[in-house]
Amino acid sequence: MSFLIRQTLIYAVPLMIVALAGVFAERSGIINLALEGIMIFGAFIGVLFVRLVQQWGWFDAAKQMDNWVALQGFVLLTMAVSAVLGAVFSLLLAFAAINLKADQTIGGTALNLMAPALVLFLIRLIANQNTLQMATGDAASWFMIKKTMFGFDKKAKLGFLASTFLDKVYITTYVCILVFIVLSIILYKTRFGLRLRSCGENPQAADSLGINVVKMRYAGVTISGALAGMGGFVYALTTANCASTGDVAGFGFLALAVMIFGNWKPLNIAGAALLFGLFKCIAAAYASIDINGDGVFLLANIGLNANFYRLLPYLITLIVLAFTSKSSRAPKAEGIPYDKGQR
Amino acid sequence: MKKKTPLMQRDGTRSVLASLLSIIIGMAAGAVVVLLVGLFNKSMSLKTAWEGIRIIFLGIISTGRNAAGALTFGFNPVNFGNMLFRATPLILTGLSVAVAYKTGLFNIGAPGQYLAGTAATLFIALEIPSSVVPAWLIWILAFLGGMAAGALWGAIPGMMKALLNINEVLACIMTNWISANLVTWAFDVSNLKNTVENTKTAYIYKTSFNGVQTPKMFLDKIFPGSQVNGGILIAIALAILMYIIFTKTTFGYELKACGANRHAAKYAGIKDKRSIVLSMAIAGAMSGAAGALYYLAGNTEFYWSTYQSLPATGFNGIPVALLAVCNPIAVIFTGMFMSMLDIAGLQLTNLTAYNEYITDVIISVIVYLSAFSLVIKLWLGGRTKKTGDGPDANAETGPAPAVGAAAGKEAQK
Repeated sequence: MSFLIRQTLIYAVPLMIVALAGVFAERSGIINLALEGIMIFGAFIGVLFVRLVQQWGWFDAAKQMDNWVALQGFVLLTMAVSAVLGAVFSLLLAFAAINLKADQTIGGTALNLMAPALVLFLIRLIANQNTLQMATGDAASWFMIKKTMFGFDKKAKLGFLASTFLDKVYITTYVCILVFIVLSIILYKTRFGLRLRSCGENPQAADSLGINVVKMRYAGVTISGALAGMGGFVYALTTANCASTGDVAGFGFLALAVMIFGNWKPLNIAGAALLFGLFKCIAAAYASIDINGDGVFLLANIGLNANFYRLLPYLITLIVLAFTSKSSRAPKAEGIPYDKGQR
Repeated sequence: MKKKTPLMQRDGTRSVLASLLSIIIGMAAGAVVVLLVGLFNKSMSLKTAWEGIRIIFLGIISTGRNAAGALTFGFNPVNFGNMLFRATPLILTGLSVAVAYKTGLFNIGAPGQYLAGTAATLFIALEIPSSVVPAWLIWILAFLGGMAAGALWGAIPGMMKALLNINEVLACIMTNWISANLVTWAFDVSNLKNTVENTKTAYIYKTSFNGVQTPKMFLDKIFPGSQVNGGILIAIALAILMYIIFTKTTFGYELKACGANRHAAKYAGIKDKRSIVLSMAIAGAMSGAAGALYYLAGNTEFYWSTYQSLPATGFNGIPVALLAVCNPIAVIFTGMFMSMLDIAGLQLTNLTAYNEYITDVIISVIVYLSAFSLVIKLWLGGRTKKTGDGPDANAETGPAPAVGAAAGKEAQK
């Protein structure tokens, strides 16, 4: 059971944070179809950064001394680096969509094509293969939080809560949840958040009240890019063993679905992300899920084809969208370039 | 007084110029990336960068290296033939995206439809024994089956859009992945896995294993040694058919009217829901035909364990269509241009230290530029206005690209 919860969280957290990225862009009035591309780019930057620092040898020393504070701090630093570069990458979309009044769907698609192309081109040059891995070791042995770090013995039996949330987990999970909460509060309870949202509903009215629509939309897309870039690295670290292959298995698009399913509201998105995380987790590990701990692998015993579980998240998305599309309420002005003349 | 609009001020001319400009900027961007890598990578020199840049622009006429190790250029029938062969599916997926775009829909589902068409084609072409049924009949059945499967797969997001008002972009993306998983599943339990040549894993038999393949139609005499076959002629014929449907028939007009303004079309008595579903079905059929023709060639193999990746041919239909401003005839040329870039990329991998992904970078830059083609066209209009005398130069550029933005908005409602 604690395995199931841990795995679900691992899939749900990147979905949640990237869906929030979508919310920030769309609430400011820009459709960010490029979430997938930005994630790919962020994952690449994060892995490249880890690899470079490892090659400099600073962290081998920390690892040898078992200085886990330094190691975890290093994870946070890498998250920040991918967030910053994700934001820079998203400026391409912001420039096209805001300054040049481009078609946002096509602009986003362009970024989605550009990210894997650029990333694979560079990976091939750097690593001479199609996968960029860490220089030494694997993600789990370097960055996973284990119970021994809290002074427990290796064989010590922990309670349910402690074994679920403190053993074999990544710090990124908790950082993302924290960021999610803070940004949700900013979006709803601050002046900045209110202004941002007004630009997605009625930019002409917002402009007439002295709000700089261009600035707000830039802010929305930039925050979106930062979150998606960070989410990309979190995905690479926790599910792909800190490797970048120019691919995030459609997580960016799934995040868009989560956002629409969650009706552009953070709380609903968190719930939707958990649901999708659960299905993703079942797809990846259905053969080894032991729900009540009696040694019977229920899902594996049903004997369904693995491909059935793999297509389940996408199928469920479609079905859920079919049922919720009537009550769905998108920001009114999203996708429309701001035109002062329409005031 | 009837006076023809001067060539430089026609909307069509300006679209062509905007596309050419996008191509040049895209290729220049690729050259810049190569140059930067050449400058900053220790294992590469400025000389390799210059070679890379030359191949990006002239890859199609590259003939390899001479004895002294310098690049040589000249007519290369293998490259030209392969370009035509690779253009076949690109023209068709380009048509797929263009047809949907004319009805105001962004068909990002081409990869899924392509896979559905591929699967149906391969099952028909390999499961019907050629000892009982003549091979040419199997070929026709397989081709039509592929188109039908693609049409069905395209109609699903079309129906979700028309009846439930679900964003077609999202529905297409989900059906893409469902298709990838279903196809993997279907081949996984099938008996078509290639076990004869067991050096390769996870490949399906070539259709020539059952004696079914597209006739060469003498194209192999013109381009000896290449993979070209009659498929390219079928693709061109389909493009012309689409052009006729959209410019000469009521049905095509109804589809276009739906794309321009769905509500106005409905008010005028056009069945808007039917139009959307049919448009997506036609788009799907084109993508299905792309998969069918590519794998019916007889010398191509399908990697069936595809649940983790979607075919790039499907996504590359988007730049093909956008570069052609969704004109079916222009799609023929932009499709060939894209496959020319593909060939240049392969030459880059074979002859230099760079790799083929640079062509994807170029393509993405071109798509990026086509997102604001309106600005480029206005800029071009402004330039000609200074030299010529067209008072209506700006007036006619206005409405054309509004379709995309309107469609995007419509989709989210």
